[in-house]
Amino acid sequence: MTEPKPVLEARGIVKIFGQHRALDTVDFTANAGEVHALLGENGAGKSTLIKILTGAYQPDGGELLLDGQPITLRDPLHGQTYGIGTVYQEVNLLPNRSVAENLFLGRQPTRFGMVDRKRIDAAAKDLLSRYGLDIDVRAELSEYSVAVQQIVAIARAVELSGKVLVLDEPTASLDRNEVQRLFDVVRGLKAKGLAIIFITHFLDQVFDLADRVTILRNGRKVASQPLNTLNTTDVVRMMLGKDVAFDHHPTALSGGPKGQVRVAFQNLSRKGLTPFDLSVHEGEVVGVAGLLGSGRTEVARLMFGVDGSDTGQITVDGQPVTIRNPAQAVAAGFGFCPEDRKLDGIFGDLSVRENIIIALQAKLGWFKALNREDQVELAGRYAEALDIRAADHDMPVKLLSGGNQQKVILARWLAIDPTFLILDEPTRGIDVGAHAEIVRTINRLREEGLALFVISSELDEVVAYSNRIVVMRDREMVAELDGDTIAPDAIVQAIAGTAKEARP
Amino acid sequence: MTRSLRPLLATTLIFLFAYALAVSQQPAMLSTRVLGNFLTDNAFLGIAAVGMTFVILSGGIDLSVGAVIGFTTVLVAVLIMWLELHPLLAFAIALIVATAFGAIMGAAIHYLKVPSFIVTLAGMFLARGGASVLSPDSIGIEHPFFTAVQKSYILLPGGGRLTVVGIIMLIVFACAILLAHRTRFGSNVYALGGSETSAALMGVPVARTTISIYALSGFLAGLAGVVFSLYTSAGYSLNALGVELDAIAAVVIGGTLLTGGYGFVAGTFIGVMLQGLVQTYIVFDGTLSSWWTKIVVGVLLFMFILLQRLVFRAGPRRT
Repeated sequence: MTEPKPVLEARGIVKIFGQHRALDTVDFTANAGEVHALLGENGAGKSTLIKILTGAYQPDGGELLLDGQPITLRDPLHGQTYGIGTVYQEVNLLPNRSVAENLFLGRQPTRFGMVDRKRIDAAAKDLLSRYGLDIDVRAELSEYSVAVQQIVAIARAVELSGKVLVLDEPTASLDRNEVQRLFDVVRGLKAKGLAIIFITHFLDQVFDLADRVTILRNGRKVASQPLNTLNTTDVVRMMLGKDVAFDHHPTALSGGPKGQVRVAFQNLSRKGLTPFDLSVHEGEVVGVAGLLGSGRTEVARLMFGVDGSDTGQITVDGQPVTIRNPAQAVAAGFGFCPEDRKLDGIFGDLSVRENIIIALQAKLGWFKALNREDQVELAGRYAEALDIRAADHDMPVKLLSGGNQQKVILARWLAIDPTFLILDEPTRGIDVGAHAEIVRTINRLREEGLALFVISSELDEVVAYSNRIVVMRDREMVAELDGDTIAPDAIVQAIAGTAKEARP
Repeated sequence: MTRSLRPLLATTLIFLFAYALAVSQQPAMLSTRVLGNFLTDNAFLGIAAVGMTFVILSGGIDLSVGAVIGFTTVLVAVLIMWLELHPLLAFAIALIVATAFGAIMGAAIHYLKVPSFIVTLAGMFLARGGASVLSPDSIGIEHPFFTAVQKSYILLPGGGRLTVVGIIMLIVFACAILLAHRTRFGSNVYALGGSETSAALMGVPVARTTISIYALSGFLAGLAGVVFSLYTSAGYSLNALGVELDAIAAVVIGGTLLTGGYGFVAGTFIGVMLQGLVQTYIVFDGTLSSWWTKIVVGVLLFMFILLQRLVFRAGPRRT
């Protein structure tokens, strides 16, 4: 390989949101004729970095250099004029307009003030043929598959910018053949000397396409190196963050006597998710490990009835129950703390007290309103039990810190006296100090006899509270670790499994 | 054929079918006289509906149209009868006022990020109120120019009369078709209706386009007001009550998707004509209450909304 020629460089980028350092002195270099993969779990800072590189955000520190010259980008449109084009997962084109117009909007050739359609159509056809697409360019964009739309989006981006191409999870909704078609296009552009930045959470695709990888974790750069020096296990390990110094799995958890089975799922499945069997015992925490997109959240949503299941039975304490929607799940004594707390969890403008009692109120029904004294009493009890630090239980919950918000949601479910709690990424977006507290709370709930199902990408945390760990990969439960077999290394191996096989 | 053409085709077929049905019942309806009256009687609605088409294509709504028509008729009457301006000067002033009014609403929608529904609702009250403040009573317009214009027409074969207001409407439609389908501005309007985020990322000047769209709608509502004053020779603050809803109905029946992005100006023309046809039929019949127009329009609207659901629900069909 010849000496790489840097096109777009980011040096010491810092981005701060409120109190939170989303990016902490991150360096990134995109070289000409190279596909550079950017990896990291949710919240690692991937999308923040991309938004800075394309001009959607302005950095709070550090600088951007294009061909060695410092640049300041006002917005993505401005970035485009510098040659930085972006294609997003959700195609950002106009579904209602023709393919040709999508390619030429904003720069249509005109004659006597009228748009010259014939010329546009001919130029569009010519342009797309270079990408191996022979389609009717006068048809509406939405009539074509997402893969074709992606290629059209790439053609437009390259046409308008032509130095750097950012592909932000372009393959998320494509099937295998479509992915290959897209990759062929990307390889062609790479051969033409474009610098390509590729974001995805499919590791096999990274190994398939990319030359170099940069891994972010918690807003910091973990590594940036050529891919041929790495294997899948290395990458997974770096993404999940721990090298060797994993916390020891507390021996107290392993092999301890299990209580009775509280909740059992048999052959539960939904389109795109391999059927699974799982039972959770009284006083047991089942941890779920797996990368983003492995199907973790889908399992949780299926269990809680957010998405309906195609097959399978659910039994609670030996009794079969039907769960087709969250209300039935609550009636069966289930609780669910979702991944995106702000969007799906808290009612930001309602008070701490109202947020705590809302599930109980929903379970009681319309006509049995909890009176104010009961509400205050309940809120007070759980706030104390979980150590929720709020100046006042009547203040809006959105003013609390992430950790305290998470505890409010926990309190909400504890108030209904649940049999089974599902926690999806309970420590995400919470400052590191509060992590330990959430872990302690989970441990305490287990000791009190609750059955818990906890999803986390923080390996050391899963190890710290789980009696059993289920590993997910490609929307399937691929391994179950129990007792002494619970070790971070074993988890990393299990996660990396298929990706390694798929490596050419 | 692109699928957005299908509702337009359906509207055209329904219009032809309805016209044939009307003629089979009332053979006298098949004449250029009736057609000429169609154009004259619906000129103000047609012109206002053109502006509404652009607004709806961009994903917005303009509820101020009827009120702006009413306001314009009063303003024109006041300028001519009280201030004794020449009608042409009065028209020019009224059009400038109406255009500026639309532009201000467009600016409010874009910069204050308020839904167009709310902004133009406020605009509706302002214009209607303003008209009543100018003159709560109807002002009759008497001017030689008005009489001359009202008496001018082109004689069609068969004795039909293509009046000045009818001609104005046809010109407006012709220009609007070119503007929508053959200019960058037109493309930008459709782009906004498709996805404002995408449009902005693709370099569409969102602010300028939004303001232009509502200014255009204001201008055309003003022009509809001028036409209305020529049509009735009067300015009255309660003129054209609820015309914005007729215009919306014409646009939707004409095959434009109410959520924006899909549709044709020519469809709106057929939508207006279809409403006119129903009204004319009821006049010819003589026994039916004119409220049947509303019922037929209601049924048609419902049908078209269903049709659009069916047409646009289909996913990608090509690979």
